[in-house]
Amino acid sequence: MEPARATTVGADALARPRVATAERVAERPRRPVDWGTLVVHALLLASVAVIAFPLYYAFVISTQEVNEVIQKPPRLLPSTHLLENYAEAWRRSHMGRLLVNSTIVAIGVAVGKIAISMLSAFAIVYFRFRGSGLVFWMIFVTLMLPIPVRILPTYEVIGNLGWLDSYAGLTVPLMASATATFLFRQFYLTVPNELAEAAQIDGAGPLRFLWSFLLPLSWANIAALFVVLFIYGWNEYFWPLLITNTEEMRTVVIGLERLIPRSGTELPTWNLIMAGAMMALLPPVAVIIVMQRWFVKGLIESEK
Amino acid sequence: MKRTVFRSRWLPYVLVLPQVAVTIVFFFWPAAKSLYLSVFKSPPFGGRDIFVGLDNFAVLLTDPGYYASVVNSFVFAGGVTVLSVAGGLVVATLANQKLRGLAIYRTALLWPYGIAPAVAGIIFLFIFHPSYGILPYFLSFVTDYEFNWLLKGWVAMTLVIGATAWTHLGYNIAFFLAGLQAIPTSVMEAASVDGAGPVRKFTGVVVPLISPVTFYLVVVNMVSSFFGSFGVIHAVTQGGPGGATEIMVYKLWKDGFIGLNLGSSAAQSVLLMAVVIGLTMLQFRFAEKKVTY
Amino acid sequence: MTVFMSRALSLVALVGALAVLALPPAAQAKTEIHFWHALSGQLGEALETQAKQFNDSQGEYEVKPLRKGGYAETLTAAIAAYRQKNPPHIVQVFEVGTQTMMLSGAVYPVYELMQQNEIKIDWNDFIKSVVGYYTKDGKLYSMPYNSSTPIFYYNKDAFRKAGLDPEKPPKTWAEVEAYAKKVMGAGAAKCGFSTAWPSWIQVENMHATHDQPFATKDNGFGAVEGVELLINREFGVKHVGRLAEWQKQGVFSYGGRAGTADPKFVNGDCAMYMHSSALIGGFTRGVKFDWGTAELPHWGAPYKKATSIIGGATLWVLKGKPQAEYRGVARFLEYLAKPENQMWWHVNTGYLAISNTAVRNLEQGYHFVKNPKQYTAFAQLTGLPATPPAAMKGGKGAAPKPERVATANSQGLRLGSFVQIRDVIEGELENIFGGKKTAKQGLDDAVAKSNALLKEFAATNK
Repeated sequence: MEPARATTVGADALARPRVATAERVAERPRRPVDWGTLVVHALLLASVAVIAFPLYYAFVISTQEVNEVIQKPPRLLPSTHLLENYAEAWRRSHMGRLLVNSTIVAIGVAVGKIAISMLSAFAIVYFRFRGSGLVFWMIFVTLMLPIPVRILPTYEVIGNLGWLDSYAGLTVPLMASATATFLFRQFYLTVPNELAEAAQIDGAGPLRFLWSFLLPLSWANIAALFVVLFIYGWNEYFWPLLITNTEEMRTVVIGLERLIPRSGTELPTWNLIMAGAMMALLPPVAVIIVMQRWFVKGLIESEK
Repeated sequence: MKRTVFRSRWLPYVLVLPQVAVTIVFFFWPAAKSLYLSVFKSPPFGGRDIFVGLDNFAVLLTDPGYYASVVNSFVFAGGVTVLSVAGGLVVATLANQKLRGLAIYRTALLWPYGIAPAVAGIIFLFIFHPSYGILPYFLSFVTDYEFNWLLKGWVAMTLVIGATAWTHLGYNIAFFLAGLQAIPTSVMEAASVDGAGPVRKFTGVVVPLISPVTFYLVVVNMVSSFFGSFGVIHAVTQGGPGGATEIMVYKLWKDGFIGLNLGSSAAQSVLLMAVVIGLTMLQFRFAEKKVTY
Repeated sequence: MTVFMSRALSLVALVGALAVLALPPAAQAKTEIHFWHALSGQLGEALETQAKQFNDSQGEYEVKPLRKGGYAETLTAAIAAYRQKNPPHIVQVFEVGTQTMMLSGAVYPVYELMQQNEIKIDWNDFIKSVVGYYTKDGKLYSMPYNSSTPIFYYNKDAFRKAGLDPEKPPKTWAEVEAYAKKVMGAGAAKCGFSTAWPSWIQVENMHATHDQPFATKDNGFGAVEGVELLINREFGVKHVGRLAEWQKQGVFSYGGRAGTADPKFVNGDCAMYMHSSALIGGFTRGVKFDWGTAELPHWGAPYKKATSIIGGATLWVLKGKPQAEYRGVARFLEYLAKPENQMWWHVNTGYLAISNTAVRNLEQGYHFVKNPKQYTAFAQLTGLPATPPAAMKGGKGAAPKPERVATANSQGLRLGSFVQIRDVIEGELENIFGGKKTAKQGLDDAVAKSNALLKEFAATNK
């Protein structure tokens, strides 16, 4: 129990750093703040720069013309061909369709996973039924069966279901997850008993309890989980590669790989590839930046 | 404490049904089928499956290429983990000061997590490109050595490790920050009073206190780079040069889907399953021993 | 299931039903022929145009081409579809998949297809070196569609700068070395030459054009069991060894597998290059300097000068469809085999036309005079002289003496697990060029691994 509490505290601390550090400032021994802080700021800025550099460079390339791309010394400032590169990359890789597919997969997987994990965790925590141990064990075992362990037969199953090249095939198999179920289970275990008792006294059935009592309490968890799962669904590579055969059903991370010509009959246009890369990574990065509060919470809570 | 439960004969079964159904259809059945396929040699178009007992396994276990892929997998996962966990800790320690704009720094350090390793790989591929990549260009001022990842296996491996570690950094930083900020100041104060310098404070107090976080991150980074790294290899190096970046997952896929050797691929799946189970058990054993709460 | 979900489902069902009703009634439908292929970009567009031309030329059948990805993915998809008893009629498979297809039991051989649909094809009109790859017991199993052969490309501007005659490309490897050093010395290029498709060009085709066996049992044509590679013998070690030396000297610069090294030539970094003849179109569009083509260099005596082997892909017909639909398939293949359609395909894509009639028509249409670069591939495959002789320039003359011969070693390769074997060979080449192994060591290892793969293949495909 200790670690859970510690990290919840930590999560809050992360979400409200100013309060925590303000307290600390008061307790720290006095010393000339300027130099120390300056150095730390400098180091942090350096870290940010190093971490951001690959992306910045990709952006710069995506604005250049093909000749500028292969120039030496490499240019580090953006050039002027942004719009036409992005338009061409969009056209060539049918980016519109790819983005739609990725969005459907990301949202579908996130929503689906949350829904069925919530239901299963609810059943496990709030019911006593025969086989609940077996169910729990089954869900746990899936942790040990990542996709690569079952690729060929899974491909066959998808084929037999007629789900190759379909949204169903892209999303449903990714919806069973142990981590989300365990997360909800942990969370429900911390919900005070009195709540369920009160609901029962009120005459509310289990579904009513779930919908009106547990769900509102879980929003924070759900939001956090949604962000994590959205990114997972968006960035999935292996599974979509496996079961999509046609260009129309590919997701954006795979469509990007397609822009890199390998068969040797076309010459690589790196500026377009980088433009494609930017378009591929913007949505999940945007989701993180906008929802980072929940995201951090979700990361830390999902540790359990 | 006795939990309050609801009574229903059929509801719990209905509630768990979706998850159980997906688990059986897409996890257990294919895993079982992998086991089955691994003892046959099956021609790609089907027809005559030939039972060969453990022959597929024998071929794999005597194939130096297979062992190479196992080593590569561990090197890759290890490299990513060391780089991104250590790097994450350093940056998180830096950020764990009284600072204005901590939230902004946090955002600025976190976002690479949203980038798919395959996409990161493609960006790094360009940066490392022997003909016009910016990194070999700058390195050429320092040394004559040609950092051609097309010919030098270790350069290729560095490329993919770097790209993957880059995407893991944000995640690790977030966790470490949370862990560091959870250390009560009283403990740090006590250490100062004891006369401990900053290094001693770090190794003697901070490290043990954040060991649950460290442990968790090590496990997550290892597992995710062991199994989730297919994208970056497929998009960037395709296992080359000369198999230097061929990891187990990639080889498994390649032998099955490109080489059309269904039996060998299934056998590799089974062996991989054994590795996963082994790693999971190790994880739990280790958790009991090393981590201080 | 919540109320919301059930309502949503009913709505979806209603919309679906309305959509189906709204579809126009099916007219006297043409029989659909499904054609899975792997061509993209401009080549894919040409394929679709050709299919459309067929569709427009008659009213019974409609060929529907569908790009399934690269060659490997297209094959995997076709296999999966076949296993689910719903294959496409026609699938385009790369040449390295030939043995797999031949032994699959899933294929409807082209000669049988034509026979049973009573369509007459003049099999003897096809260029031997092209169809030989896909022939068993003298009968054609799959229809060559986009075949190419590797040729030599060189930068005429760089030659000029180095004081070399731009109209005299090197014919021997000794000349390649000498020209490379000259070009590098004059600062006209950073490296002498590079290559695409290392295994296909530098190992498979070098063995073929020098009349050296690549594998036992007639390069695999003779049997499935007991086939072993022979690339680690004197010739292989010599050629690969020289390449490794040249890599050290900078004369040769390895640039990766498939077409990854293309930029080296296109950027002018390397003055000479070896790649598929199918790149002529791409280079014409992308290369900014004056360039030319020539036949692959040769080591000279004591090796014979033999024809090269093809690459590319062919069309295979899969079993499991209703007999009536196969008539459409046969019609489509017959259409593709017509000389005028072959000529169209060649002119628009740069892939080879496969019948002698088509080649003759092209000659007589002065196509090769106007497009001399296109001629190289044909000459190298059939043994015609390297430059179109006077006879082809419109005048009359005696038939030209063949400069290359077709030998048993140059008819092609038929190996199982060939995709993996190429991968093995290219991996070992990387070890050799990277200095990790000597040519002998690397080739020995490649042979050992490949022989294991061949054994495995024979055991699985009994």
